[in-house]
Amino acid sequence: MTANLTVRIQQADFDIAREISALTKGRTDIGAVVSFSGVCRGTEGGETIAALTLEHYPGMAEAEITRHAETAMSRWPLTGVTIIHRVGRIAPGENIVLVLTASQHRQAAFQSAEFLMDYLKANAPFWKREESAAGTSWVDARGHDDAAVARWTKP
Amino acid sequence: MKLKYFAWVRERIGKAEETIEPPADVRTIGELMAWLARRGETYAYAFEKPLVIRAAIDHAHVKTEAPIAGAREIAFFPPMTGG
Repeated sequence: MTANLTVRIQQADFDIAREISALTKGRTDIGAVVSFSGVCRGTEGGETIAALTLEHYPGMAEAEITRHAETAMSRWPLTGVTIIHRVGRIAPGENIVLVLTASQHRQAAFQSAEFLMDYLKANAPFWKREESAAGTSWVDARGHDDAAVARWTKP
Repeated sequence: MKLKYFAWVRERIGKAEETIEPPADVRTIGELMAWLARRGETYAYAFEKPLVIRAAIDHAHVKTEAPIAGAREIAFFPPMTGG
């Protein structure tokens, strides 16, 4: 059977259980599903966050996520990948991003989920704006996100 | 060609997109940023630290030395903070 790939960018929240069912429906060749969800924190560096607003580059964001998902599917024996990234205003405790990877065995599912998140954080065109009592400001990129990507290219 | 700006690059310039025709001696992404920075105060502010700004040509990431010939859409934006 071929691998299922779903990539969505949406304002609405997602239902993790429903997405896992969609990924595994009708298949008996899947032995492992790994689910990563990124959630909006209510504090950042000791400061209380009221909400995040996510902006993205329509067209490129989908293309970049799909490209990385295809790389993961060529690198690991995956039976399916689902990636959903929300945009717009997101309050603390709400979901931001979902990565699901399915495979016959757990190693491929775990490793590819981590690979995908590292690449998405560093390369997918999304930008977070933080609202706090002090006003609003763009979140600075972190050097360790690039370092996280670099470890996947080491021999 | 069409230019698109995102996040604080968009805010500093004061527009999300525009269509421009740079002169023929502007050949690379780096040269285009330098040319844009000379268009006015808002552009100079947006491109004051060109090494920080990321660029994409037709939805693909490119480096500052990338040639712009044939590009339909060029985007400038800060380092990404999604996920």
